[in-house]
Amino acid sequence: MTETAVKPAPAKAAKKPKPELSEGKRAERRLGWLLCAPAALVMVAVTGWPIIYSVWLSMQRYDLRFPNQSEFVFLDNYITVLGSEYWWTAFGLTTLITVVSVIIELVLGMCLALIMHRTIVGRGLVRTVSLIPYGIVTVVAAFSWRYAWDDKTGYLSALLSSESALIDQTSAFFTVVLAEVWKTTPFMALLLMAGLALVPDDLLRAAAMDGAGPWQRFTKVIVPVMKPAILVALLFRTLDAFRIFDNLFVLTPGTSSVSIQTYNNLIKGLNLGIGSTMSVLIFITVAIIAFLFIKVFGTAAPGSDSGGKR
Amino acid sequence: MAMMATRTPGRVFKWTVVDVVVVVYALVPVLWILSLSFKTKDAIADRSFIPTEWTFQNYADIFKTTDFIRALVNSIGIAVIATVIAVILGTMAAYAIARLDFPGKRALVGVSLLIAMFPQVSLVSPLFEMERALGLFDTWPGLILPYITFALPLSIYTLSAFFREIPWELEKAAKMDGATPGQAFRKVIAPLAAPGVFTTAILVFIFCWNDFLFAISLTSTNASRTVPAALQFFTGASYFEDPTGTVSAAAVVITIPIILFVLFFQRRIVAGLTSGAVKG
Repeated sequence: MTETAVKPAPAKAAKKPKPELSEGKRAERRLGWLLCAPAALVMVAVTGWPIIYSVWLSMQRYDLRFPNQSEFVFLDNYITVLGSEYWWTAFGLTTLITVVSVIIELVLGMCLALIMHRTIVGRGLVRTVSLIPYGIVTVVAAFSWRYAWDDKTGYLSALLSSESALIDQTSAFFTVVLAEVWKTTPFMALLLMAGLALVPDDLLRAAAMDGAGPWQRFTKVIVPVMKPAILVALLFRTLDAFRIFDNLFVLTPGTSSVSIQTYNNLIKGLNLGIGSTMSVLIFITVAIIAFLFIKVFGTAAPGSDSGGKR
Repeated sequence: MAMMATRTPGRVFKWTVVDVVVVVYALVPVLWILSLSFKTKDAIADRSFIPTEWTFQNYADIFKTTDFIRALVNSIGIAVIATVIAVILGTMAAYAIARLDFPGKRALVGVSLLIAMFPQVSLVSPLFEMERALGLFDTWPGLILPYITFALPLSIYTLSAFFREIPWELEKAAKMDGATPGQAFRKVIAPLAAPGVFTTAILVFIFCWNDFLFAISLTSTNASRTVPAALQFFTGASYFEDPTGTVSAAAVVITIPIILFVLFFQRRIVAGLTSGAVKG
């Protein structure tokens, strides 16, 4: 944020960069700060400050229904949440949905990426239709799935003669995973396809000459070359899946992910203290996931090389 | 993939089958909601995939209610404003990141990376409280602000990837002719960057258009409720006996822009999504 403080009228100062380096360099620097300042300011104002604020809120007893009883309770809210069965059920469910759907997405996404990359007929068509699940509003897709599984309106429930796909716990879980997988596989596939484009044809041809079959070419040549792309795609999707909200909200109002729990405590329960505590816990969890990916798997954070001249 | 490019009839057939599978996969849920939206009130529970009788009644119904029209106006207004602002700010920052050398650049990239991965629900609690205090709760700016924030990392990445592809010798030439870095940006680079900016705008718009969590948490009335949030309130509203048909019709209406984008700008969207995310 320091860069915003240093911006008095650089536009005028930047005029006429003399051939000598130092002047131009300084103008470049000021222009850089000036151009980045608004974006940085908005991002910090709308995320940085609220995060600090939510840490503070999470240490308050603060229920909007009983505003007079607000007081500083330090870590009491954390003890309440972490001691709550509901929280851990939601946490377990969120983790399970994340792991299962990301694994399926990776496999299907890889297939779809190979198809989009290699198909010799209708490549444009395949790419176009694949973008529909990516672009469609999640809530719309969720309603489509809900009505499809519903035992009064649904063709899927009629087809499979399952009367209560959305009520039974196990089948509800799979309907949610299916909805997630349908929606996000194309995104995964696109990220993977970008990695696929980096695999040199020569390498594949050489491998084929040496007698490697299609499967060996895939595991021994394509996957290693694509590893960075795969890890980035996994990181993106894992973090994204962990915040699952829309699909659960529409499909199975009964079950709850950590996001749904937070929403229920906040908007329905109007309990800001507990809601903020959950917010902070989710934030910490996501930070740990990201850290593991970047440190353990060595995922190159996308954009981290944006420095260009590093 | 040159080695795979031989077109034998068998290959063509095999790929055609594969393509059909993909098309079916992608389209079935969309066609289903489309079909529901055209079913008559009596036929809605017939559980068949294709309507036996077609009707526009559901569409007529939703456009009769101010609730839906208002939500649609909110959705369009909020998404367009947020997109314009996010793309302008993102363009400025991305240009600086791609082209200029200044201290703090990596910090900015790091911060926007953090935000891209940020669990949005973590912001809902503090924003809810802050917006109530500031009087932004249930207003357009109350949604536009978080949308811009989460759209900025997306636009900064996508745009800086595009900007790195631009032939920068032209900028150098402009500078040699006496243009300042600022002029070089406006007169030479901006026109070249326009396609990338446009692509980014589509991606950002899709993101804003899609949001549900903020829309349902930070609104409470028609004043700013967007369509994804408003759909929840169709359910059980007394003046619709059975909301399925109307919800479907409304869902189809907000899917139209997405379909149009995908149909007309498929290449750009693919390029945009893949360029920002993967850097070997």
